[in-house]
Amino acid sequence: MQFGIFSVGDITTDPTTGTTPTDASRLQDILTIAQHAETVGLDVFAMGEHHNPPFFPSSPVAINSYLAAKTDKIILSTATTLITTNDPVRIAEEYAMLQHLSGGRMDLTLGRGNTGPVYPWFGEDIRQGIPLALEKYALLRRLWREDVVDWEGQFRTPLQGFTSTPRPLDGVAPFIWHGSIRSPEIAEQAAFYGDGFFSNHIFWPASHTQKMVGFYRQRFEHYGHGRADQAIVGLGGQVFMRKNSQDAVREFRPYFDNAPVYGHGPSLEDFTSQTPLTVGSPQEVIDKTLGFRDYVGDYQRQLFLMDHAGLPLKTVLEQLDLLGEEVVPVLRREFARNRPADVPDAPTHASLRAVAETAEAQTPLKTKVNS
Amino acid sequence: MTARKLAVVSAGLSQPSSTRMLADRLVDATVARLTEQGVEVEVTTVELRDVASDIMNNMLTGFASPKLEAVIDAVTGADGLIAVTPIFTTSYSGLFKSFFDVLDNRSLTDMPVLIGATAGTARHSLALDYALRPMFTYLHAVVVPTSVFAASEDWGSGADQVKTLPDRIDRAAGELVPLVAASDRSSQVRDPFGFDASLSPIGGFQPS
Repeated sequence: MQFGIFSVGDITTDPTTGTTPTDASRLQDILTIAQHAETVGLDVFAMGEHHNPPFFPSSPVAINSYLAAKTDKIILSTATTLITTNDPVRIAEEYAMLQHLSGGRMDLTLGRGNTGPVYPWFGEDIRQGIPLALEKYALLRRLWREDVVDWEGQFRTPLQGFTSTPRPLDGVAPFIWHGSIRSPEIAEQAAFYGDGFFSNHIFWPASHTQKMVGFYRQRFEHYGHGRADQAIVGLGGQVFMRKNSQDAVREFRPYFDNAPVYGHGPSLEDFTSQTPLTVGSPQEVIDKTLGFRDYVGDYQRQLFLMDHAGLPLKTVLEQLDLLGEEVVPVLRREFARNRPADVPDAPTHASLRAVAETAEAQTPLKTKVNS
Repeated sequence: MTARKLAVVSAGLSQPSSTRMLADRLVDATVARLTEQGVEVEVTTVELRDVASDIMNNMLTGFASPKLEAVIDAVTGADGLIAVTPIFTTSYSGLFKSFFDVLDNRSLTDMPVLIGATAGTARHSLALDYALRPMFTYLHAVVVPTSVFAASEDWGSGADQVKTLPDRIDRAAGELVPLVAASDRSSQVRDPFGFDASLSPIGGFQPS
């Protein structure tokens, strides 16, 4: 199972000091955070994409390319890449480039984005969010899998004889996760292709995530990719830890109370009981996270949101230390317990290449027989 | 035949409230007529004040607390809705509107609705027709033609002596009852993952 962090790249005033990072300082902080995630033994760093302040990361592929050069092991992913407003041709080209630069140490999580004006800024209509995601992804897949593509659709100028370069590393397309909070159509899409399904998880009650993941698993089996319990599931999570539970609550409360997403709304206590947010000791984080399996089954990827709401860099790095040293080793051990041997891990470049090589080794035989 | 479900939403703030009083009168008249016709009915009455902070939290976070979720399920899964609000500053109260703002905008489709309002004077009575009625029309609910407005004076000697408040209540209930009796909304099974049957996972474009 993979563990990691994801960052939305918000620029938020620290409510305890009144200081607001600049785009420049926040970018540097995130680069430090991502590299520290590798140092503490995490498997995945995922970067968000936004095109409106107070978010700065318009180009996660640029950030991840830099990180690819600075890191050795960590998988560089996105949270999320906007499939609706980006040109799928540019996604195919840029992320194939990242795939080469990182030696296959990358994948993508596709999302639609829910900021109304971003759609018209890129010439699209938010009411077409689902059709955009379906059509553009169908093209993206072909661009990585077919050397020469002829294509015509509703949302992009047609292509005749187009080849996306560079061709995917080792002829293997990057693995794709489809992210969604509430759209069953996206779970259906992920299941149709046998791709991963990433449930945001953090903003909504567990019962909702349970239903969405259950639906995806059932449809994954329906489309013949394996049993429902073999589908590829990722979950978001959100934690704040201190050795002593009361210290965590005291320190995090002003950040919670003023956070852009849920601040000035429900109490920290209500939100903690109704969503996956955990504020407390490492043991409490372990207990709550292990509980996720009770309602989504054995899953493949757990990402935590750690650097948001104005938390200073020093605090975030301390959080990563606790996560890497005290939480994740226990989670690895406990999640592995009683996990059926035929429930797969999250696909990686190496595993996808092995599958492709096996398939290729079998193909020439058939060709020989036929010719 | 199973019992019909009647939901009542009252946005009154005080205890006791004249808004709740009007809602109760509308319920009594509706239930009496349904019973007369041999139609069993279960009534769920919601005081929005009891879930006021849950409604605002839902507005901010995008999801309902378990308590509000139960209220939303009771209202949206009913066979009929009686919705009553005080008129504040020429329109429905903010609390009333906020509750309907956090509902899925498809969840009241085909819902038979009887609207009522209260205020200090009858000069606010048109708010029913320029504010409440269009809101429910937008939600594709079926609003009965008679809406009931009760000014303070309606509860005493200053009331209209010709078309009295009880007359108006009775007329409105009479319009709601056949729609509730004929409704099967409460026994419909809603698929939370239902989507358009024409959805194709690879996109819908067909080259001409």
